Amino acid sequence: MANTEFEKPELKKYSEVPKLEEKATSHLAPFKSKEEFQSSLGYPGELVDNWQEKALDKMGDLLGRYRSLRVYLDSCIQCGACTDKCHYYLGTKDPNNMPVGRQNLLRSVYRRYFTLPGKFFPKLVGAVDLTKEVLDEWYSYYHQCSQCRRCAVFCPIGIDTAEISMAAREIMDSVGVGQKYCNEIIGKVHKIGNNLGLPEPALADTLEGLEEDVKDDTGIDVKYPLDQENSEVLLVTPSADFFAEPHVDGLIGYGKVLHQAGISWTLSSHASEAANFGMFIGSYDNMKKLALRIREAALDLKVKRIVFGECGHAWRVAYSFLNTLAGPFDFLDPRYPVPQHICEVTHDLMKKKIIKFDASANDDMVLTYHDSCNVARASNMGDVIGGQFTIPRELIKASVNNYFDMDENTIMEKTYCCGGGGGLLTDDLIELRMKGALPRMEALKNVVEEHGVTHMAAICAICKSQFSKALSYYGFELDQIVSLHQLVGNALIMNKKEL
Amino acid sequence: MSLVTVVYGLLFYFAFLILVIGLAYRIYEYAKVPAPLKIPTPPAPKTKQGVAVRIFREVVLFESLFHSTKWTWLFGWLFHFTLLLAAFRHLRYFTDPVWFWVSWEIVQAAGHYGGYIMVLALFGLLGRRVFVDRVRYISSPSDYLMLILIIGIAVSGLMMKWFHTDIFAVKQFFLGLMYFNWAELPSDFVLLLHLGLVIALMIIFPYSKLLHAPGLFFSPTRNQTDTARDNRHIADWAKKLETHK
Repeated sequence: MANTEFEKPELKKYSEVPKLEEKATSHLAPFKSKEEFQSSLGYPGELVDNWQEKALDKMGDLLGRYRSLRVYLDSCIQCGACTDKCHYYLGTKDPNNMPVGRQNLLRSVYRRYFTLPGKFFPKLVGAVDLTKEVLDEWYSYYHQCSQCRRCAVFCPIGIDTAEISMAAREIMDSVGVGQKYCNEIIGKVHKIGNNLGLPEPALADTLEGLEEDVKDDTGIDVKYPLDQENSEVLLVTPSADFFAEPHVDGLIGYGKVLHQAGISWTLSSHASEAANFGMFIGSYDNMKKLALRIREAALDLKVKRIVFGECGHAWRVAYSFLNTLAGPFDFLDPRYPVPQHICEVTHDLMKKKIIKFDASANDDMVLTYHDSCNVARASNMGDVIGGQFTIPRELIKASVNNYFDMDENTIMEKTYCCGGGGGLLTDDLIELRMKGALPRMEALKNVVEEHGVTHMAAICAICKSQFSKALSYYGFELDQIVSLHQLVGNALIMNKKEL
Repeated sequence: MSLVTVVYGLLFYFAFLILVIGLAYRIYEYAKVPAPLKIPTPPAPKTKQGVAVRIFREVVLFESLFHSTKWTWLFGWLFHFTLLLAAFRHLRYFTDPVWFWVSWEIVQAAGHYGGYIMVLALFGLLGRRVFVDRVRYISSPSDYLMLILIIGIAVSGLMMKWFHTDIFAVKQFFLGLMYFNWAELPSDFVLLLHLGLVIALMIIFPYSKLLHAPGLFFSPTRNQTDTARDNRHIADWAKKLETHK
């Protein structure tokens, strides 16, 4: 079990940039992947003998395939603009958690083997040999990056540390050093179809239970269909939505909206997972294979539209990559973008007045909204610039009467990661996760004190799970994190006449 | 022809070749490597015109840096802007007849007085490296040396205001290099220092972090349109992985 004995950061009114403490979190590293998980993804089971050579070959390969990596390893001015932008640096004080510090772990090896000054004058340009110590450092610190891209927004060149951490993870996987949490999960999706390894019967059973709950609650027969051919919509949602709290309340909300709008829809047991951890490990191949399950499900079930549930990185892969990885989707209804976010669907129905809300249903809550990093900085909604910020907010404001934004430096494109993204939502990294949640918790505390905010909404399964832990850790209540479609579902005026 | 003239003449040819070929090769490399996925950061433009505006604002205003760190922005922007002014002023050495706007008093004065601001800005940037613990941590010897080199160029350039140099002869020297009709280079120490440091900078450019200049134009987070749902964005190497129909 992970060490939970670590100093709890204090929540301050005005966030401070801490003095750096070298090696403050050098002891942190997630459990390593075992042979069975590695080999199912096409990676060696343990550190290969000639790992240095293989790692450098892989680096060369990636430099020839990703312009981002090629340009970003060369272009950093070491200006320091990013050094106070990462939530993990602010929470841990470890200089290797400054975005440039993290990049330099890979850049120094790149310089040593791929640039002239690094070959001839390594000390001068900070180039280092690829040793076992360096590999261990990579493993530690490239698993202290949630790939949230906050640094990329602030960098004058747009250097995206996520691109570098993904490349580092792929290099490590290729020499047999993988992370258990991510690789085990990817294996489950390849084999069963979702991160949790829920087989079809268990899924059917869960959804049946959900229908009964909603019936008890509202008196309405809202269906949560599975593998129903010829439905209008294939809903792909993170598997946490099937039973975790508050995720499941979001799923209930999607069902209510689609029911009320009269849109036939189905989940798929083949593509029962929106999440795509292939992105976290920087593996185009794995990401593509996972994405293709969604295409296959859409074809098999003969649906007309694909809609994604509330999941941050899943929406990044869906919005930004799905068409590239698994398209073209010319077999779907061309009147709708592929894929759509459930917030876009609900927003559209609201604008067309097909669904209506009674915001007083949520009068027991005062809301704020956490922009999930991957939605905010790596996707869009509604095809207007900034739609990923305005559409969720408009939905919340339609569903509740009391809403306040957090500090402007902590929302929208400047939002802080929850601290658990990028494949770090595992108990072996609990210290990192709690420390990384610090900037968000400080911003939340301020609106709690100033405006009496009681709840924070999010549209990401990882954020919701991470905040359940972080909220109680920092002295809030764990149920203060809610799903956006939980609010929508509460406020939705359901038409009982149809019954 | 003096030894100094021959050495500097040859060095300038060498440095010029390294700079141009090195930079062209880097740009070729950046252009050749595909960006296989759409990764623009917000606010991501939907059109190519939007991208052009975005890059323009980054290049001219350092917009992201402005939102990031005001001091670094101030020093960094002043340095680059005064560098541009200095470049304009120096065009008089390379154009004959001098382009009309280069000889304007305002252009010449701005280039000169901008030089003092440039030195202050460079010391500001150096100060950040020395005094801000986070920036000190990431600074390697080359980061300091690069600043010192540029400070050296700026200061030696400004010093020629006081240590007389025959700038007409300097111009003849450069025109001579350009048109392969060599002329003597005055062997004043400050001038030779100034030109020597410039040669060093030209040689270092394609092998150093100065590549941030072309890098910005090739940065996928900044130069991509946000059209991921409209078009597939598939790299040649990724096409080979296509298994579905």
